[in-house]
Amino acid sequence: MRLRSLFRAQARKYTLSNDIGKMMKRAFEIIDHTADVGIIVYGADARQLFSNAALALFSLITDTESIEEKLQHALEISSQDRDSLLVEWLNELIYLFDARHFLFTRFEIESLSHNQLKATCYGESFDPSRHKIKTGVKAATYHMLKVDEDSQGYKAQVIFDI
Amino acid sequence: MPGWQGQLIKIDDYRWQIPQSYKSGMRVPGLIYATQKMLESIREDQTPEQVANVAFLPGIVKFSFAMPDIHWGYGFPIGGVAAMDIKNGVISPGGVGYDINCGVRLLCTNLREAEVRPKIHQLIGELFQNVPSGLGSEGKIKVSRKEMEQLMVEGSRWAVRRGMGLKEDLDVTEEGGCMEGADPNKISDKAVKRGMPQAGTLGSGNHFLEVQVVKEIFAPEIASVMGINEIGQILVLIHTGSRGFGHQVCTDHLRGMEEAASKYEIKLPDRQLACAPIESQEGKDYLAAMACAANYAWNNRQCIAHWARESFSKVFSKSPQELGMKQIYDVTHNIAKMEQHLIDGQKLKVCVHRKGATRAFPAGHKDIPQCYKEIGQPVLIPGDMGRCSFIAVGTEKAMEESFGSTCHGAGRVLSRGAAKRALKGKDVLRELQARGITVKTGSIPELAEEASLAYKDVTEVIDVVHQAGISKKVAMAVPLGVIKG
Repeated sequence: MRLRSLFRAQARKYTLSNDIGKMMKRAFEIIDHTADVGIIVYGADARQLFSNAALALFSLITDTESIEEKLQHALEISSQDRDSLLVEWLNELIYLFDARHFLFTRFEIESLSHNQLKATCYGESFDPSRHKIKTGVKAATYHMLKVDEDSQGYKAQVIFDI
Repeated sequence: MPGWQGQLIKIDDYRWQIPQSYKSGMRVPGLIYATQKMLESIREDQTPEQVANVAFLPGIVKFSFAMPDIHWGYGFPIGGVAAMDIKNGVISPGGVGYDINCGVRLLCTNLREAEVRPKIHQLIGELFQNVPSGLGSEGKIKVSRKEMEQLMVEGSRWAVRRGMGLKEDLDVTEEGGCMEGADPNKISDKAVKRGMPQAGTLGSGNHFLEVQVVKEIFAPEIASVMGINEIGQILVLIHTGSRGFGHQVCTDHLRGMEEAASKYEIKLPDRQLACAPIESQEGKDYLAAMACAANYAWNNRQCIAHWARESFSKVFSKSPQELGMKQIYDVTHNIAKMEQHLIDGQKLKVCVHRKGATRAFPAGHKDIPQCYKEIGQPVLIPGDMGRCSFIAVGTEKAMEESFGSTCHGAGRVLSRGAAKRALKGKDVLRELQARGITVKTGSIPELAEEASLAYKDVTEVIDVVHQAGISKKVAMAVPLGVIKG
């Protein structure tokens, strides 16, 4: 019970936009949600936000330090608006891991508008002898989805179904 | 830290109402089944707010229900039941959940604890080898794209046709293990690609296969109709769903539903409640895709039941028939179904969303198998791996009140992260072993996430639905051996 209260305290604190700047040094953090798990991601700009969100996702799946850059995969995503673009981007990456077993560790966001994204992802194929799977992330949800922006940068919250 | 502070009106010891006046936009009141004690924990987060939010959905009739195992979900609470008039109501993928047709299957045996306990390590080892499980587990059945399409339409029949299981299994599976209206054309290429390699796998997370011992029988006459005759009898419980396939189907259709919600001018208090009119193209497309995922999950449990029978057969050197391994029942607890219900004396066709809730039809209902016509539909309520599971039956009261629905399990109280911080997987394993429970898992650290302390006590949950009369307790079983993905 106590831990859940902590999560609420944490989530509340970070919704204050003037806290964004203070937290900018961190790329992301992992938060708890009763049946699932979430991330709070920071970025100096929207591109960095999307790239850090992808890194946060793969850090839930495995130790990203163990992923070598052996292949690259180009992606293009379009969506209704920026919030759903973030969810779709993460869902595309979840699909690439679940169906094609790609693990990525670096993301170059080549172009990003409010509803379109072009990126190249760098990583390798899952190798059970070297990669330990920590969590089976199955979907990025719209639940408690938040994307905030202020003069200091961006902050987003995404909850995953696991 | 304040949790949910809204008004709850006590109806009786097990029923609490969120008045329609709580929030402007609610079309019906909310109704939570719980004890006063449980409410303290339910109020700790925003779960009751989700119950109120569901009441916004067009076409909802009577109440937005919450079972005693409710916990915070996305959009809909887990443990939520909502029925929408098919004429003017909506279908919401969030009201079904990502793991479409996550459910439970129970097999009987004529073995007794004394015969199984000495061989439990061998048995669990055999089951672990035979049933593909774990994160990203891939099946031992190789499914081509064409076969995947057949599987989506046929459900459990697909496996039975290949010799995995008996025709009788279909009779004691909800919907006969095959939901009508499945249309593979409504399934994305991505979903197919995620689904093909995972067909016939248990998966990970809260999914499991348990060898259980009957510990208590509350209603012997009803239990004996199911083949449960004495304390000490061994049962097999399988809990899994539609794996990555169901998740992709939900993700794909949520996207379409988001657009539909604005197209049909449906005002939603939460984006995750995205929905479309049942009769709209978007609604029909989702239902046709949902049926594919439901069938995929039934086929999954059918395959796993077959391998469980084979494993028992090998360890005890007898055929599954000689071991009395008939299927007791298979229920889904994440689904939307078109059903007829009596509302204010009128027969009404509704789309019942059960998200983390189980159908609980009474004796005599046309949709339950002949063999259970006199006792009512079996309801399978798994608990956590350290405690126990219950077998119940549906009641007339459930039919009158909750659209023939009841609870589905224990319900989480601690997040996975909190459970992991509080406990170490290896300590959980040691404690279970000390209590005579053999566990085999692909990931010992993950075991902490599923420890008893992360869940409500299922005994309290079942007592509420029993006392409220929406199901009747029949028997209780405890784990002897557990396979966790």
